[in-house]
Amino acid sequence: MSGEKHHIVPYRLYFVVLIALLALTFASVWITSIELRDYTVAAALLFAIVKSYLVLNYFMHLKYDKPYIKIMVGFVFAIFLVMIVITFLDYLYR
Amino acid sequence: MEHAHHVEHPDMYDAESSKVGMWLFIFTELLLFGALFVIYAVYRYMNPDAFHLAGEELNRVIGTVNTVILLISSMTIAMATTALQKGHRNVAIGLVSITFVIGLAFLVNKYFEWGVKFSHGIWPGSEHMISEMSHGEILFFGLYFVMTGLHALHIIIGMAIMVFAVRGLARGKVHADRPSLLDNCGLYWHLVDLIWIFLFPLFYLIH
Repeated sequence: MSGEKHHIVPYRLYFVVLIALLALTFASVWITSIELRDYTVAAALLFAIVKSYLVLNYFMHLKYDKPYIKIMVGFVFAIFLVMIVITFLDYLYR
Repeated sequence: MEHAHHVEHPDMYDAESSKVGMWLFIFTELLLFGALFVIYAVYRYMNPDAFHLAGEELNRVIGTVNTVILLISSMTIAMATTALQKGHRNVAIGLVSITFVIGLAFLVNKYFEWGVKFSHGIWPGSEHMISEMSHGEILFFGLYFVMTGLHALHIIIGMAIMVFAVRGLARGKVHADRPSLLDNCGLYWHLVDLIWIFLFPLFYLIH
């Protein structure tokens, strides 16, 4: 019963993902240390989003999970996004 | 009469439902921190200069070191699941133990970091904060202590779950055909990592 699934992720892949995550971390430290004014937050968040994508897909195995789990996770992040957008619509246009 | 037909409970173990249950729990955690991030976003939008000023106060080096530490620990616990699937129990125990020690190192860093803030008279409701800081700076440090504190609490909980995972591995109750405790322990730890990935730039990399 347990035989069919369970994709075994090789150690090496985890190591490669870690290197990518570390590189992105140092890149985000670097990019926020130069003067980008209003784009600093956007740049830092962009790096954070790429990093979280890697963590979710590889460390948390979403890449190898069934589609319904991926859809659920996507749905939660969508709810969060909607929450942010609605809050800011309120603050910007009140 | 009830005693007459005592039936052994069948093994209800189901790896997939364990995983889905864990994910549902993780969703509640994401929305808990999500609400805090929304609060952060609004207050930062309303007090951009104060947040900038207060953010300079935080130590980028410690923040970066803790990010590196946490990312490495995420890799070691992910590797533990691979080790278990391959049937290498002792390797798995070793990797979870390493993750535990790295989690401890994160907390030690946090202890020193908060210690420095306390010695500067910065803690929620401190006299220094109330008398010398602007409204926006007070908000920044309030959020800083609440969010990194709540995150540190999650680190402690994650480490406690690791103790149970290692015990299960050592006793043979967690094995290649029954890995959920270790898998879910890993998922929880990656969640902690995921939250830090956003806390780090938002608090330490304000420039």
